[in-house]
Amino acid sequence: MAEPVAVKLTQKDFKSDQEVRWCPGCGDYAILAAVQSFMPELKIPRERTVFVSGIGCSSRFPYYMNTYGMHSIHGRAPAIATGLSVSRPDLSVWVVTGDGDALSIGGNHLIHALRRNVNLKILLFNNRIYGLTKGQYSPTSEIGKITKSTPVGSADSPFNPLSLALGAEATFVARTLDSDRKHLQSVLRAAAEHNGSAFVEIYQNCNIFNDGAFETLKDPATRDEYLIRLEHGQPITFGADGQRCVVHPPGGFGLEVRDTASVDPADIVVHDATVSEPAYAFALSRLPGLDLRNTPIGVFRKVDRPSYDELVVSQVETAKAKATGTPEDQLAGLLTTGDTWTIL
Amino acid sequence: MAKQVRQLDRVVIRFAGDSGDGMQLTGDRFTSETAQLGNDISTLPNFPAEIRAPAGTLPGVSSFQVHFADTDILTPGDAPNVLVAMNPAALKANVGDLPRGADIIVNTDEFTKRNLTKVGYAANPLEDGSLDGYSLHPVALTAMTIGALADHDVSKKDAERAKNMFALGLLSWMYSRPYDSTLRFLERKFAARPELVAANIAAFKAGWNFGETTEDFGVRYEVKPAKMSPGTYRNITGNQALSLGLVAAGVRSGLPVFLGAYPITPASDILHELSKHKRFGVTTMQAEDEIAAIGAALGASYGGSLGITTTSGPGVALKGETISLAVALELPLVIIDVQRAGPSTGLPTKTEQADLNMALFGRHGEAPVAVVAPRSPSDCFFAALEAARIALTYRTPVILLSDNYVANGSEPWLLPEVDSLPDLRVEFATEPNGEDGKTFLPYLRDPVTMARPWAIPGTPGLEHRIGGLEKADKTGDISYDPANHDFMVRTRAARIEGIPVPDIEVEDPDGDARTLVLGWGSTYGPIGAACRALRQRGLPIAQAHLRHLSPMPANLGEVLKGYDRVVIPEMNLGQLAHVIRARFLVDAIPYNQVSGLPFTAAKLESMLEEVVKNG
Ligand SMILES: Cc1ncc(C[n+]2csc(CCOP(=O)(O)OP(=O)(O)O)c2C)c(N)n1
Ligand code: SF4
Ligand SMILES: [Mg+2]
Repeated sequence: MAEPVAVKLTQKDFKSDQEVRWCPGCGDYAILAAVQSFMPELKIPRERTVFVSGIGCSSRFPYYMNTYGMHSIHGRAPAIATGLSVSRPDLSVWVVTGDGDALSIGGNHLIHALRRNVNLKILLFNNRIYGLTKGQYSPTSEIGKITKSTPVGSADSPFNPLSLALGAEATFVARTLDSDRKHLQSVLRAAAEHNGSAFVEIYQNCNIFNDGAFETLKDPATRDEYLIRLEHGQPITFGADGQRCVVHPPGGFGLEVRDTASVDPADIVVHDATVSEPAYAFALSRLPGLDLRNTPIGVFRKVDRPSYDELVVSQVETAKAKATGTPEDQLAGLLTTGDTWTIL
Repeated sequence: MAKQVRQLDRVVIRFAGDSGDGMQLTGDRFTSETAQLGNDISTLPNFPAEIRAPAGTLPGVSSFQVHFADTDILTPGDAPNVLVAMNPAALKANVGDLPRGADIIVNTDEFTKRNLTKVGYAANPLEDGSLDGYSLHPVALTAMTIGALADHDVSKKDAERAKNMFALGLLSWMYSRPYDSTLRFLERKFAARPELVAANIAAFKAGWNFGETTEDFGVRYEVKPAKMSPGTYRNITGNQALSLGLVAAGVRSGLPVFLGAYPITPASDILHELSKHKRFGVTTMQAEDEIAAIGAALGASYGGSLGITTTSGPGVALKGETISLAVALELPLVIIDVQRAGPSTGLPTKTEQADLNMALFGRHGEAPVAVVAPRSPSDCFFAALEAARIALTYRTPVILLSDNYVANGSEPWLLPEVDSLPDLRVEFATEPNGEDGKTFLPYLRDPVTMARPWAIPGTPGLEHRIGGLEKADKTGDISYDPANHDFMVRTRAARIEGIPVPDIEVEDPDGDARTLVLGWGSTYGPIGAACRALRQRGLPIAQAHLRHLSPMPANLGEVLKGYDRVVIPEMNLGQLAHVIRARFLVDAIPYNQVSGLPFTAAKLESMLEEVVKNG
């Protein structure tokens, strides 16, 4: 992990000279601004920060960050970032991806990066649509969704990105919203502190092809009823006056939402992101209904496991420490291993 | 009775048996003993795609051929002088390759009615006279091995399994091989089980003594050492040499090496080998697929490592999009394709050269890369260094086209001095390169190499963004300008074309040849052997062999125009011939074989004889 150093940076330092080219009103702007104003807090010099992305509207992100960056190819950012992170443990490597990029074409790389626990901070901008290719349904679009490629409704069931990440052995899983800068930054902070892969789903509005997809979570009239703000160590209650809560019904497999008044306060689940059993975070990830009612945001899971980077680097370092002589001498030794013979 | 000793100048032996019989190991040991003696050697293993095809069947036959001589040789030999057949299937699968008069040593214990029926022998070939034209040596290999180990503390199964050592002992006696290295090898291999060391050594010695005492083997042979340049040698396969070349590239460049790979025959051995050399700063990653493997390698290159990915044809197909990205990013990347017979899974353990088109052209957009091909097992070492040199100096992906024939074949290798290997040191960008002294221009090129600066993350002041979108010249900013795109496409092509590569050399000892044979890659040995044979018979012929397929040597056009006829033998349907015709307007004659097997020198010789004599 990149070590913090004392450098005084501001949001401006993280803005590149490139003109930002998302559609006016796109949720990506809010995320960009939130990330740019958050980065100075990490005290990591710009040159040691790298953003790697795939392809999609969201994946244009690295061009706008005044750090090192690579806009790569569709779906492959986690793989490319893995090679970079493992070979350069001194860097802070961030992956920016979309729902199509991460979960469709790049699904394989995403799950393997997570299971390995590569030291990557993965920001998945989920707008539940293919933005860049102008509005086809994505692996997170609702079943029945009418889009250009599904004129009578999509027949595909969507992925739940958090459930998927948990199934892939992710050690850090969180969700946040493009429009809630404070919450977004609190999640980024937790992700940046995490050793290993941090998977952050960011609900992002595509106002051109899927406008209002998360409106119920943002509209002051509905959001309190729909959103569950997870806080570590706090009982999970929500609603304007905390009138709803989450319980673990005896005998059931998962979690359920109840009226707070109807349950014994001792039965309300106290959120603990460090529970080692992923079933808990998984149950949280299954709470929302099709209409997004009961959507938890915040850090679902944060557990410790050695990162792939550490393990790989330590194997190489251990072997190097045991070796004696210059690399040239060692090479000469290697060439002459096995059965050799000499002709005079 | 003292046995007669006869001198030979060269011998080809083929060990053949069931995949479980340990024939690869037997062949390997015989080769090692032969190397110790100082013969020149060339070997060719041939094994089935299945790990253990049903025992005793034709598809389950595994073989190892070794050619050794008192002069320098170029191929593993066309036809064996000796066949060791451990069962009826091995006999049936191989007897067709033997010239009349060849020695056949068979394990009679396996010639049961059941085993014979399994491979479709109606009568026992050892008895029905069908092998009368050969010198047949029936040996009860299994029974004698078990007998020899009667006093040993090993199971019957372990005793039986030592029969390959009995066979090795017998052959080692027949060809007067020094066997110390084999005894040492057995001690190492079974270090954890001393009873197996003893049993295998006893089986080996029993085989040796059997040769000495039995009447059946009246003659013992000797092949004198070959005249070889002084120095230290080891026997090496192409995949081993290639792996060592990659380690050497890391040492000579001073860069960490990062290998991303997904297992695939016949390339996996490179991953296995490199994973052992971590002390050289080599990191290996077994990725989730070929796309991730090359992606990780490219990510490591971006970070300042020598990024490498190893695979075979199907994997290169998957890597295509990332290779194009690397073309756009202009970063060093070495892609190793150990070719096998396709299309699709094809014949995964057999050889072919049919990925040349893919290497040269198999990507979207105008995406030129450099392509090199080793000509022999030991040359894989130098080809790997050359691929790394081009990648690092010119900041480009380089495809190295090996194939199953060179990858698994072996030959003696005169070990190079480490100091004599090319210096591959590179310089990373550390300072802004703009005229104002402050700006960094990631696509400002070096005037000589046309390479852009390699500015790795972590370098203060050089923060920049790269990507697959077309970049403006110099600044590297996204550019949709038509004229800029045209310029960049031409520049990327010109920078590959402009890579200096050594001139092609022509071998024409008398200088009077009118026919040139042009080859590339692993066909060097058989073509060379065929040319030598023709010249010995007074037929002039010139040979030239391409190591660089992109860019091609600058003198190639001139060389081709200097001959009346150009023949291009390839293990594909004429892929190089196509390029040569298109590029140089030379009416080259393709000669093609796509059987999964290498050319035999004899076949090339008779084809070339036709061309030389009849034009
Ligand atoms: C190999 C390949 N296939 C298809 C495309 C076309 N393509 C570009 S972006 C995209 C979908 C992007 O959707 P998402 O990841 O959700 O990103 P968004 O634009 O919504 O941010 C597709 C299909 C491509 N660039 N490359
Ligand atoms: S198409 Fe949608 S996601 Fe893409 S930039 Fe426009 S609003 Fe944003
Ligand atoms: Mg999307």
